[in-house]
Amino acid sequence: MCLAIPVKVVEIRGETATVEIEGVRREVSVMLVPDIKAGEYAIVHAGFAIGKLDEQEALENLQLIREVLDSGESKGAGEG
Amino acid sequence: MSRLTEQFENPEDARLLLGRITELARASGRDKIQFMEVCGTHTVAIFRYGIRQLIPNNIRLLSGPGCPVCVTPNPSIDEFIELARKPRVIATVFGDMMRVPGTRSSLESEKARGADVRMVYSSLDAVKIARENSDKLIVFFAVGFETTAPTIAATLLAAEKEGVENFFILPANKLIPPAISAVLDTEGLALDGLICPGHVSAIIGSNAYEFVASTYGVAAVVAGFQSTDILHSIYLLLSQVVEGSPRVQTQYSRLVGEEGNPAALKAMYDVFEPCDSAWRGLGTIPMSGLKLRSEFSKFDISGKFEITVTDSREPEGCLCGEVLRGKAEPEDCPLFATACTPEEPVGACMVTTEGTCQAHYQFRES
Amino acid sequence: MHGYDGRDLPGTLPIQGELRLRRSKPDFITLAHGSGGRAAHDLITGFFLPYFDNPILKALDDQGVFPVEGGRLAFTTDSYVVDPLFFRGGDIGKLSICGTVNDVAMCGARPLFLSVAFVIEEGFEIDKLEKILVSMKEASREAEVAVVTADTKVVEKGACDGVFINTSGVGIVPPGVEISANRVQVGDAVLVSGPIGEHGVAIISEREGISFETEVSSDCAPLAGMVDAILTAGLRPHAMRDPTRGGVATTLNEIALASGVEIELEEESLPVTAAVKNACDLLGFDPLYVANEGKLVAFVPEKEADRTLDVMKANKYGESAARIGRVTSSGKARVFMKTRIGGRRFVDMLVGEQFPRIC
Repeated sequence: MCLAIPVKVVEIRGETATVEIEGVRREVSVMLVPDIKAGEYAIVHAGFAIGKLDEQEALENLQLIREVLDSGESKGAGEG
Repeated sequence: MSRLTEQFENPEDARLLLGRITELARASGRDKIQFMEVCGTHTVAIFRYGIRQLIPNNIRLLSGPGCPVCVTPNPSIDEFIELARKPRVIATVFGDMMRVPGTRSSLESEKARGADVRMVYSSLDAVKIARENSDKLIVFFAVGFETTAPTIAATLLAAEKEGVENFFILPANKLIPPAISAVLDTEGLALDGLICPGHVSAIIGSNAYEFVASTYGVAAVVAGFQSTDILHSIYLLLSQVVEGSPRVQTQYSRLVGEEGNPAALKAMYDVFEPCDSAWRGLGTIPMSGLKLRSEFSKFDISGKFEITVTDSREPEGCLCGEVLRGKAEPEDCPLFATACTPEEPVGACMVTTEGTCQAHYQFRES
Repeated sequence: MHGYDGRDLPGTLPIQGELRLRRSKPDFITLAHGSGGRAAHDLITGFFLPYFDNPILKALDDQGVFPVEGGRLAFTTDSYVVDPLFFRGGDIGKLSICGTVNDVAMCGARPLFLSVAFVIEEGFEIDKLEKILVSMKEASREAEVAVVTADTKVVEKGACDGVFINTSGVGIVPPGVEISANRVQVGDAVLVSGPIGEHGVAIISEREGISFETEVSSDCAPLAGMVDAILTAGLRPHAMRDPTRGGVATTLNEIALASGVEIELEEESLPVTAAVKNACDLLGFDPLYVANEGKLVAFVPEKEADRTLDVMKANKYGESAARIGRVTSSGKARVFMKTRIGGRRFVDMLVGEQFPRIC
């Protein structure tokens, strides 16, 4: 029930940030992710960044999935 | 970043995951394994990827109550429609809410009849309208779950700081975990696993679903929204089922942590507090809604006007309630695709794209 | 391509109103401009005429008279009420010419003559009207069509949104050319002339309340040249249509219904730019249902598919033309899509309207 898209934070001015994803730029509020920095990635919903997206974790996750598929174990990316 | 999204839509990964899912489903020895995707956005994604056709026949995917439009009951909608009709009121809503039918009307109809109803993408846009129209009363329909509630809370915090006096909300936000309990308490519903909503979980954290495994013995995986995410989640759920070890796992680890987003949770609970709430189809669920704390009650529009909503009722014959619980499929409803279509919806499940009934209708095979 | 060649008819006189208007150009349209009197006359002769400059219109009769060779005429009409009036990649004027040109061209006809009717809101700025007329002039020139009859009405403030435009168009269908939505056959290849969803995204990005910056421009363009090139190459599509509101999905469904066929699309082959895809993700839209204004879908016999694609790609509006599916069977009229991961999904017509959503 939550349409949210991954974006890159381009510039932060106080509680507002300019974010972009290829071909689209928008102003969003970063009130809910006060630690985010320009250059990092976030998920945006209803005009707000609601969480930081960890690109490194994403790529590791993919790698893990592929390893799992090869080896046949049932490990998830995170337990709990 | 769009490349990252694409990386989670890789057809080769899908093929491999489907292979493992098929093996596991066979190894389970089960005739029927039922998983529920809680979130409407997952329902749509599953249809758009064509996942139902690809998974083995003994896995059944049910859609849950995670559609904020669908679960907002008629009395709320009727109340907001009454507000929209008042002079000097500018009614602001998310696009999702425009076509939802109340007992007698919809916001779209009211707009056609001359009410000032405006769609916004963010509650912040509604405050902007308030600033630009100081002689009007701007009322925002606060629907949505824990992904959206913090954004509304943050908006109110900003409005308070700025001293905006003509902005109000009609509180209607709801919480997901109590609804999950209500679904799992449903008699006769045998669920093996839950595909948990990825973006709600970014806010509330994966620990919020501990009770699913510990109290109900049901597997739970917090899932992302691309095809690899969903298939991987189904694979993880299946593994739990086959191992007989239900627990909470986070597939969407690139966004979701155990504790969620502390700043968002703080904003949400600084401004709102839990209250009992009526859900379409699920009835009143204790502590499942959000109301404004007394310090913020000045933003609450309820009670500011003489609004008496009498005679609010759900449409006859409509099975939205059963559908939201996973007890019935849209095709079981006598009104489905006959009296109730996206063009002329009877129940809320047919109104929005992520409503279960509209999703089933849009993607029907025949 | 042969179109109206604009030769002067004998006996045209200099236009008096033109001189008068240029000395005292008004700032705003008033009700007087629509009343048929002096102000209206001056507006038409001094202001509109220079943009649609051709002898047929200059005669200022109540009708435009032109000769046609024996054969079949294609005739279409459309009204344009777009909001906002000006957007990245065009405006209501360009839209009104290209839209009607394209509708005429989709049956293989050469568009020749257009009528234009304006309904203008009292108080509309003349400068804006001028911009619209310039666009219409440029679009007409590119499409090699002439506006030969026109009308203007002015309505009270609030009775319309700035300006509404209706255009009707006629063209000649070449002998032996039979292109229609009901002529599609099993085995036909489905082609699209370029990336989908651009116009809709460009429009919505400029709407109040959901604005975002995007480089996406409307794809508004006249396609008569592309159609002409296809026919000149000896190719004969069974059906062609330009998908507008409701997107490619709705157009394909209409054709499936008209011919009673099942169409299978390949998601992997659908041309969508990253910018459109991301804008749609932001709004919760499906590009298949987003409006286009400069694309065509063509159903062609399989053996002509590759050559048709080549011809499209040689045209400036068809560089990214692609094969997106095929007609798989007859009987049930419906559209399916094979998804990127090998699944299958049903593609319905657009139902209702896509609203930007948060869920």
